Amino acid sequence: MTAELHEELTDPHADQLDHGAASSRPLKSRISEPQPRGAKIHGNRPVDQSEAANRFMAATEHEAMHDARLWDLRQKRDKEMHGIEEWEELRNLASGIKEHTLSKLDYYLELFEKNATANGIKVHWAKDGAEHNAIVLEILRSKGVERLIKSKSMLTEECGFREFMAENNVEVIETDLGERIQQLDDEAPSHVVVPAVHKLRTDVASVFAKTIGSDPDNADAHYLTECQREATRPLILSAQAGMTGGNFVVAETGTFVVCTNEGNADLSANTPPLHIASIGIEKLIPGLDDLPVFIRLLSRSALGSPITQYTSHFRGPREGGEMHVVLVDNGRSARLGMEKFWPGLKCIRCGACMNTCPVFRRSGGLSYGATYAGPIGLIIDPTFNVHKYRNLPYSSTMNGSCTNVCPVKINIHEQIADWRKTLAGEGEISPVKKVMMKAAGEVLASPVVYRASLPLGRSALRHLPHFMLYNKLNTWGRKRDIPETPKQTFNEWYRKNRKQQDEGKKS
Amino acid sequence: MKVGLFVPCYVDMFHPETGIATLELLERFGLSVEYPVDQTCCGQPMTNTGCEREAARTEELFVRNFEKYDYIVTPSGSCTNQVRNNMTAIEQSDAVKHVRGRTYELVEFLHDVLKVDAFPWAEFPHRVALHNNCNTLRNLRIASMTERREEPFSKPKALLKMVRGIEFADLTRPDECCGFGGTFSVFEEGVSAKMGQDKVTDQLKSGAEYVTSSDSSCMMHQEGCARRMGANLKYIHIAQILNGARA
Repeated sequence: MTAELHEELTDPHADQLDHGAASSRPLKSRISEPQPRGAKIHGNRPVDQSEAANRFMAATEHEAMHDARLWDLRQKRDKEMHGIEEWEELRNLASGIKEHTLSKLDYYLELFEKNATANGIKVHWAKDGAEHNAIVLEILRSKGVERLIKSKSMLTEECGFREFMAENNVEVIETDLGERIQQLDDEAPSHVVVPAVHKLRTDVASVFAKTIGSDPDNADAHYLTECQREATRPLILSAQAGMTGGNFVVAETGTFVVCTNEGNADLSANTPPLHIASIGIEKLIPGLDDLPVFIRLLSRSALGSPITQYTSHFRGPREGGEMHVVLVDNGRSARLGMEKFWPGLKCIRCGACMNTCPVFRRSGGLSYGATYAGPIGLIIDPTFNVHKYRNLPYSSTMNGSCTNVCPVKINIHEQIADWRKTLAGEGEISPVKKVMMKAAGEVLASPVVYRASLPLGRSALRHLPHFMLYNKLNTWGRKRDIPETPKQTFNEWYRKNRKQQDEGKKS
Repeated sequence: MKVGLFVPCYVDMFHPETGIATLELLERFGLSVEYPVDQTCCGQPMTNTGCEREAARTEELFVRNFEKYDYIVTPSGSCTNQVRNNMTAIEQSDAVKHVRGRTYELVEFLHDVLKVDAFPWAEFPHRVALHNNCNTLRNLRIASMTERREEPFSKPKALLKMVRGIEFADLTRPDECCGFGGTFSVFEEGVSAKMGQDKVTDQLKSGAEYVTSSDSSCMMHQEGCARRMGANLKYIHIAQILNGARA
């Protein structure tokens, strides 16, 4: 019997195939750590990212896996980058093409509409999520659709699409494995490219056991994948409509391009006769000649692979079928008018900024409590709801790694700083920060007050100066020792040892 | 050349030896260095938190203290970045522009302005891990960064290589932020401390005896984490090594 098996399967030491090992690290124990959940949402109250991050870090197995997995993607990205001599030039080109397109967005959108219509695509315009959902529902109802298969799309997350469809009795089946895991667990995607990356295999086993009846004690990646395939394929094959997003929309040809690694967009688009693509208006590029620049950057930046497994061009409906494109604004036009924040629209959703972000890797994407997590989320989310997401721009050390991995050169860390200024200017700043900074500003503006505020009797009182302690959360010392205060400050040393010399020099 | 020495608040309070080493080092190159005693801070804590208006008077004071110098030198890249790139709360007068254009971080001043080619007095026979502050690395461009495809360079390493006996310890994530992040270290304490612990673990794994940096703030955070973890690592500012500290 064994002779018929692939040789890797007959090796007693190889309990997993290589790609399986890469995507889920073997677990040491079978006693699984419970999965930490995301940020607690209380209506419109500001999301407390650090609270959720602390819970994520307390689940040490999850945090360690998450950090290692995403850092691995960052390293693979670096390796790919070094293989492309003109990498920085590509980034410049990509940024330039996006800036050009955004500066003439109305022109390119209308050009796309004209050419797509000529190709037989029905083009719809939605000003916000609600309009998008209504348009899609109308299309589905006109065809009597009860089940829709759909590939991963962050835009539909923005629109609350799945919830809306559930309320309207349309069954939605995600065809991306990670997204399907998240759907079955009733959780949002935690990452734009790898939506279930915050989960251990044991978490997936427990979700599948509850929802599709797999063995709760079997956390083998291949077993779980196979179970999902068995459970979902029949649903996919009998769906009456398919939905995809779109990575790039080509104005001159009236076509759009979807990039996936699982081929699941093709499954969604090609299985049923009705294909609906929901696409944000910022996804436009002028022509096909511009596309390779982005194709070369996208997967290298995202996963450190040279290209996505599938790069599918959609040109028009197949014979007897229908193809619809819903172009969605949902705040994008307003963002385009924001002097400091419009460059966020260049984003191609590669997730490289998340993979490199040291805060994201330790917090998990769900800690942000918003559609977009990580660095790009910090600068996009407040445009959706400035009050609710006002704390997010503080969930960053502003180290700038994000800006420098970004394939379209979005100045992310500068925008984070600009958001802090904007939020403080609009009064959207937590009272503790406001009070503390007002006090610091007073103290630091006056040499006399400043000197008086320094820890006195330093050998006895070993603590930070008062302006850093102006709150109940003297958090420095929880996990860090407080620096010892020396016998004298530099200022005192200088006055004692050098000041007279200076004065001597002058006279 | 008249040089004004800016000693950031953290250095002034907790690491006067770094200020002294910076002063002595600059004097070794025959410079006339003055420390205006009425200085406080560059305004970074407020600006970093978004409170630009609260930073304005501190920025004004900074400019008053330093406008008379040809160069302003400080042993902190983070503060240099604040002055050079973010001191925008006040009207951009000629004095402000002069101060912003003339403020240098110590390493870049030695490397780019003085073009130092030897530290004959310096010897440091130890295994040292170099930490670059993120502002210093990515905003002042003191070294090449792993995120970009560019020719490798490192100004601090170029200077340290002139120190007799020094040996470098390589980190697995050399450019990873240590989690200090200014006010981030108190407002987002949990993630900040975790990042610090991970940085210390990386430093330990590298076999380093010492960690050095051109920024005291990151090292104050890392040292705090290292002590709490019981890690046997010593932290020393690059100014001290270049000035001939013997451990």
